[in-house]
Amino acid sequence: MRVNFTVNGRPQQADDVWEGESLLYVLRERMGLPGSKNACEQGECGSCTVRLDNVPVCACLVAAGQAEGRDVVTVEGLAEFAERRDATAPGGPEQGSGTGLDEARRWQPGPGGSTPLAPVQQAFIDAGAVQCGFCTPGLLVAADELLERNPEPSDADIREALSGNLCRCTGYEKILDAVRLAAARTGEEG
Amino acid sequence: MGAGPTPGKITQTSTATRGAIGESTLRPDGTLKVTGEFAYSSDLWHEDMLWGFTLRSPHAHAEIRSVDTAEALAVPGVHAVMTHDDLPAATHYGLEIKDQPVLAKDRVRYHGEAVAIVAADHPETARRAAAKIKVEYAELPPVVDEATATAADAPVLHPGRADHHAGHVPHPNIVHRQPVRRGDVIAARTRADVVVRRDYEVGMQDQAFLGPESGLAVPAEDGGVDLYIATQWLHVDRDQLAPVLGLPADKVRLTLSGVGGAFGAREDLSMQAHACLLALRTGRPVKIVYNRYESFFGHVHRHPAKLTYEHGATRDGQLLYVQCRIVLDGGAYASSSPAVVGNAASLAIGPYVVDHVDVEAIALYSNNPPCGAMRGFGAVQACFAYEAQMDAVAAELGMDPVEFRQRNAMSQGAVMPTGQLVDSPAPVAELLRRVKALPMPPERQWLTADDSTDVRALPGGLSNTTHGEGVVRGVGYAVGIKNVGFSEGFDDYSTARIRLEVINGEPVALVHTAMAEVGQGGVTVHAQIARTELGVSQVTILPADTQVGSAGSTSASRQTYMTGGAVRHTCQAVREEVLRRGRERSGSYHPAWATAELLLEGGKVVTDGGEVIGDLAEIVGEEPIELELEFRHRPTEPFDLETGQGFGHVQYSFCAHRAVVEVDTELGLVKVIELAAAQDVGKALNPLSVVGQIQGGSTQGLGLAVMEEIVVSDGARVRNPSFTDYLIPTILDTPTIPVDVLELADDHAPYGLRGVGEAPTLSSTPAVVAAVRAATGLPLKRVPIRPEHLTGT
Ligand code: FES
Ligand code: FES
Repeated sequence: MRVNFTVNGRPQQADDVWEGESLLYVLRERMGLPGSKNACEQGECGSCTVRLDNVPVCACLVAAGQAEGRDVVTVEGLAEFAERRDATAPGGPEQGSGTGLDEARRWQPGPGGSTPLAPVQQAFIDAGAVQCGFCTPGLLVAADELLERNPEPSDADIREALSGNLCRCTGYEKILDAVRLAAARTGEEG
Repeated sequence: MGAGPTPGKITQTSTATRGAIGESTLRPDGTLKVTGEFAYSSDLWHEDMLWGFTLRSPHAHAEIRSVDTAEALAVPGVHAVMTHDDLPAATHYGLEIKDQPVLAKDRVRYHGEAVAIVAADHPETARRAAAKIKVEYAELPPVVDEATATAADAPVLHPGRADHHAGHVPHPNIVHRQPVRRGDVIAARTRADVVVRRDYEVGMQDQAFLGPESGLAVPAEDGGVDLYIATQWLHVDRDQLAPVLGLPADKVRLTLSGVGGAFGAREDLSMQAHACLLALRTGRPVKIVYNRYESFFGHVHRHPAKLTYEHGATRDGQLLYVQCRIVLDGGAYASSSPAVVGNAASLAIGPYVVDHVDVEAIALYSNNPPCGAMRGFGAVQACFAYEAQMDAVAAELGMDPVEFRQRNAMSQGAVMPTGQLVDSPAPVAELLRRVKALPMPPERQWLTADDSTDVRALPGGLSNTTHGEGVVRGVGYAVGIKNVGFSEGFDDYSTARIRLEVINGEPVALVHTAMAEVGQGGVTVHAQIARTELGVSQVTILPADTQVGSAGSTSASRQTYMTGGAVRHTCQAVREEVLRRGRERSGSYHPAWATAELLLEGGKVVTDGGEVIGDLAEIVGEEPIELELEFRHRPTEPFDLETGQGFGHVQYSFCAHRAVVEVDTELGLVKVIELAAAQDVGKALNPLSVVGQIQGGSTQGLGLAVMEEIVVSDGARVRNPSFTDYLIPTILDTPTIPVDVLELADDHAPYGLRGVGEAPTLSSTPAVVAAVRAATGLPLKRVPIRPEHLTGT
């Protein structure tokens, strides 16, 4: 079958998709976007977390066909997504408004470094929240969504929001640090 | 169709001007990892590639009567199906003992053993074709424990053993046996005022790294193969693969791709041989990626153990003797069982001074899943038992458990039960003092400012099972001892190639090693060392591959010591060459060139007084300096097979924990509130990474204490191979982990550093269990603790 959807602001078309293929498989193996990870493919680890029409979901649990006509943001598009959000919503995000499509469409995937990192991405590096990094893409998408909803989360809020994302390396302390840091830096700017 | 990232391109250039050792320099691969561009082994893609899939045994012990692949081969899209009969050369491999079949021949020895492999143009096609392979099995009774392994009529799992342990083991189903004897336990027993003898049990833990086993094998024009792989030791993979592929070692080229964690589970081969065999058979690149289910069958686990300990002490709290027996279940194949036995035996009594010791450790062959390396490597199981014993003896004596430990703690100058002198700092009592001195987390921490209950802070969490009723707090302590580096006479070395050249007028250091970066941050540290030793700001870390000498394994807490040591050693030789050239050219212009203490700093040659006497870029000029050198730690020796005496270990490392838990005694739910750690690291080359290692290791120990176990039952079958049923700590299960880092230099080690990665995994488990014991008053002699152990139901 054929699936048409928007990925990181660009219209995409996947051909010859098998019935059982997940959105994760299509992103990784057909779109050349392997940033979303495949640690369990059972909805247990969150390493495949993407935004689907703005809602964080496990891409491994979404059938590719379900993405038809919808809007997907992956870690590869996170920096651009965050930048656009900040630009369009100076006082903070508009609840549930998502990325302006016209603006998002201008995004081009390019070599790393062309787009400045999203605050949450930079904070993960600075706080030492990345070791092997396999959990990182999913955590970033989830943490970015948390900060969009709740710019000043308590520790309990952070733990609750990230409870679906497993990390085996860090013991989570530095992930908490990173989310706090991103919140603090964004707060200072705003 | 999209294209995947180019394999192997993980070069990073750091342009930070600072970033010497001792600073919390940021990872050079951090940006790639947060943008999703870092190429893990499961992300690799080649336009001609096929997908491999492995057919595995549904039985733990069975004879294979026949295998019929005709139907699978006929599936459209299938390019190859291979069984044992199709193997071109060596049919077995192994880290130490080559007892692991590449594909099972006439017998399978564990649930999930590989029987056949398929290559097809879509992973689902490969999976469906594998399901059409007809294997006729005749089930055999499984060996599941020591009793069934050594019974008079026990089936011998590996008949005709010729390995070097075969001659000294009491039964062919015992892989290795290591006693450690010192003093006179029988006489000491008569002098003991208090004797505590108990049995303990440790369940089978899984490393559960997040990045599944995966790799891409690409056949080369010279008849060889290039393998892009996530592993812990490229060269030992290569040395096992070459005989299986029937190729000379130089035609089997490995490049490290992104590794999603390891923790020991990537020491043994998994899909490496299968992908290479299919690639050479089909002439096409072959990618294999395990899913989580297969990953549970695709790697070795931590040895489950049964331990019996007897401690005797005097009334005033002096340990007189320890006698113990440790039975590790190694499962179907040897993997690293012999070395795990050596560790368990030599570290069996913990970081304490005891004059009379009688230890026996063995590893079994059984039909359970193969077990081998996991963070802590034999020392974890022992630490759970000896620390439980320390609490039990202290309770018998009516002493404070920390005070009792401190009374018997080893320090520099102590003698191990193996006779080895502890010749560097061993601040065991001090580490305990530090965790004990920390302020306690507030009582009833689930109450919010407005006096309502935050259930997220209570046992059961969002399941909302309690609002504080029936919740009891407990505090527990533990400390452990772990060896660093490869022990028992192993020729443990690492290699670094350093090139110093001038690019755009700037001196740049290129660091090339075969070290597997598995997340621990070795690449960061290598760049820090090169900056420190060569005084450059720009360092490029080249991809790890087999084009440079072996780095040894990323395990045994050894890489900062060993490959860090090799980078330092080689940089120092490069510096000598810089100075030689400098003296040759300018020696007559400045008398300081004749002095010994010249340094490279900020791109200059400076005297120890800080005077600049030369320019690095100018001295190197058009002639880059390139050297490849090996670095070795001081030699060790094997343990005596009867007494266990010997200078067996390179270095010891120590960590202590205090755990504070709250237990819902009605439902048997545990919430760890805080898990404080103190560890001596000798020298923290990168403090941020050091703390990250300690927190991560502590969390894995917490997992073993209260949740993680591979359940094997009903004919030695694995019951819970998924993250739905094998639970690892989430961010809700993991408490805050304050870390106190001591830096007492070990003069034998580069920069005085001490390996960090494993020690925190040891003491975390017994500290948590001690806290649960303190809260509940239950003996709790098995980990992981399950709710039914706490409610008695
Ligand atoms: S891969 Fe989707 S939740 Fe684990
Ligand atoms: S950094 Fe390795 S799983 Fe999180």
